[in-house]
Amino acid sequence: MAWKRKDLLSMQDLDAAEIGDLLDTAETMKEIAGREIKKVPTLRGKTVVNLFYEASTRTRTSFEIAGKWLSADVINFSVSGSSAEKGESLLDTAKNIEAMSPDVVVVRHKASGAPALLARHLNCAVVNAGDGAHEHPTQALLDLLTIREKKGHLDGLHVTIVGDVAHSRVARSNIQGMKTMGMTVTVAGPPTLIPAACENLGVVVSHRLEEAIAHADVIMMLRLQHERMQGGFIPSVREYSRVWGLTVARLQQCRPEVLIMHPGPVNRGVELSPEVADGPYSVILDQVKNGVAVRMAVLYLLTGSKATT
Amino acid sequence: MTYRDKTQVLDEVTLDRALTRIAHEIVEQAQSVDEVALVGIKTRGETLAERIAQKIEAIEAVKPPVGALDITLYRDDLGLKAEQPQVRSTEINFSVKGRIVVLVDDVLFTGRTIRAAMDALMDFGRPRIIRLAVLVDRGHRELPIRPDYIGKNLPTSRREIVAVMLREHDGIDRVVIREPED
Repeated sequence: MAWKRKDLLSMQDLDAAEIGDLLDTAETMKEIAGREIKKVPTLRGKTVVNLFYEASTRTRTSFEIAGKWLSADVINFSVSGSSAEKGESLLDTAKNIEAMSPDVVVVRHKASGAPALLARHLNCAVVNAGDGAHEHPTQALLDLLTIREKKGHLDGLHVTIVGDVAHSRVARSNIQGMKTMGMTVTVAGPPTLIPAACENLGVVVSHRLEEAIAHADVIMMLRLQHERMQGGFIPSVREYSRVWGLTVARLQQCRPEVLIMHPGPVNRGVELSPEVADGPYSVILDQVKNGVAVRMAVLYLLTGSKATT
Repeated sequence: MTYRDKTQVLDEVTLDRALTRIAHEIVEQAQSVDEVALVGIKTRGETLAERIAQKIEAIEAVKPPVGALDITLYRDDLGLKAEQPQVRSTEINFSVKGRIVVLVDDVLFTGRTIRAAMDALMDFGRPRIIRLAVLVDRGHRELPIRPDYIGKNLPTSRREIVAVMLREHDGIDRVVIREPED
């Protein structure tokens, strides 16, 4: 084990050994969730601040549970009703929080690069919990953990990511992590929602769902943000669902052991039919469960790291 | 720093005899073997616990359950090292409530590992009794901890290392004392 980083900012930064260490550590953390007393004393006396500038229930709760199971004190700093509304800058808020000596700041922000900016200015560890359309590394790690757990390995697997790749930090982090781990990635979606020059990331682009999912070991469906329709990216939600929604009929054309993933929250009946979301191939709830374990591993490794900015 | 072998203290035969004696002592002291469970401390303690359980089975025709404990998350020196130690899995697939739990480790030294192991065990429930079995007690305790079953008492100097080698990990059963080459 050789975790040397002060911060976790992106999957692009991590090499295969680091990702492997994180996943191995997360796997051992899972056992704690099955205990009657779900608490270990490891991070006693450490403080984790959740600094969320964007709405989030799942990710924030997941970090909160992860910290608490490790005995850290977790403080949620939500932006509504806070100084940000009174016009304080991100950096000023962060400096004020740092004056209270946290060990880890978990940050979500609508601007890409906001966590990297904080990491440069703060002495404590910074975790990116989603920044704009850039990255969401802990989501990619929990996805990789889920795939590795179900398939036994990552190397050589074929993953197809379907939907709004252009606006998705989940897709970007996953593509980076999956390429590093030796996986083949196809992205599929309407041309308006696939970024230009996407091939430069080392992925195959497809504009036909049936063709994209036929040989996939894993299908990752992305959430269709309703704002996209107003933005003119798709003609209508119904049309999108008809062309890009994963239904039982389409699933029957897939590999027999295919995994269906979704970062949540699911738009039932839009990108995933309810029968598929709740069906035998869906691992959506495993992803949520693994999310806590991955965040425990991240908090554990970062609080031990002596690296400085 | 490199180390050289100083003395061999146990070989395949004497190591096996020590475990056989520990198994008999555990059986003798427990009112009923059904109450006994063994929990080995990773990694070699787990192997020793499994071997002792097999010996108890040979004596009593009942094999006590065997668990494995990784104490990393309970260490008292976290944050003092350059990086976090690797966490390995803990597998205790039985209830410890009301049982006689025998913790098993290869070498008892400062006692800090055992302190951590007892804390970890308590998080799984309330055993009736916790006892401690070690293959080697090398002294230099830093906490008020005392083993109940000892394979070999071994006075050592602090600068020496006690190396326990087991077939399952090292291809051979033996215990040696090593000293620094200087």
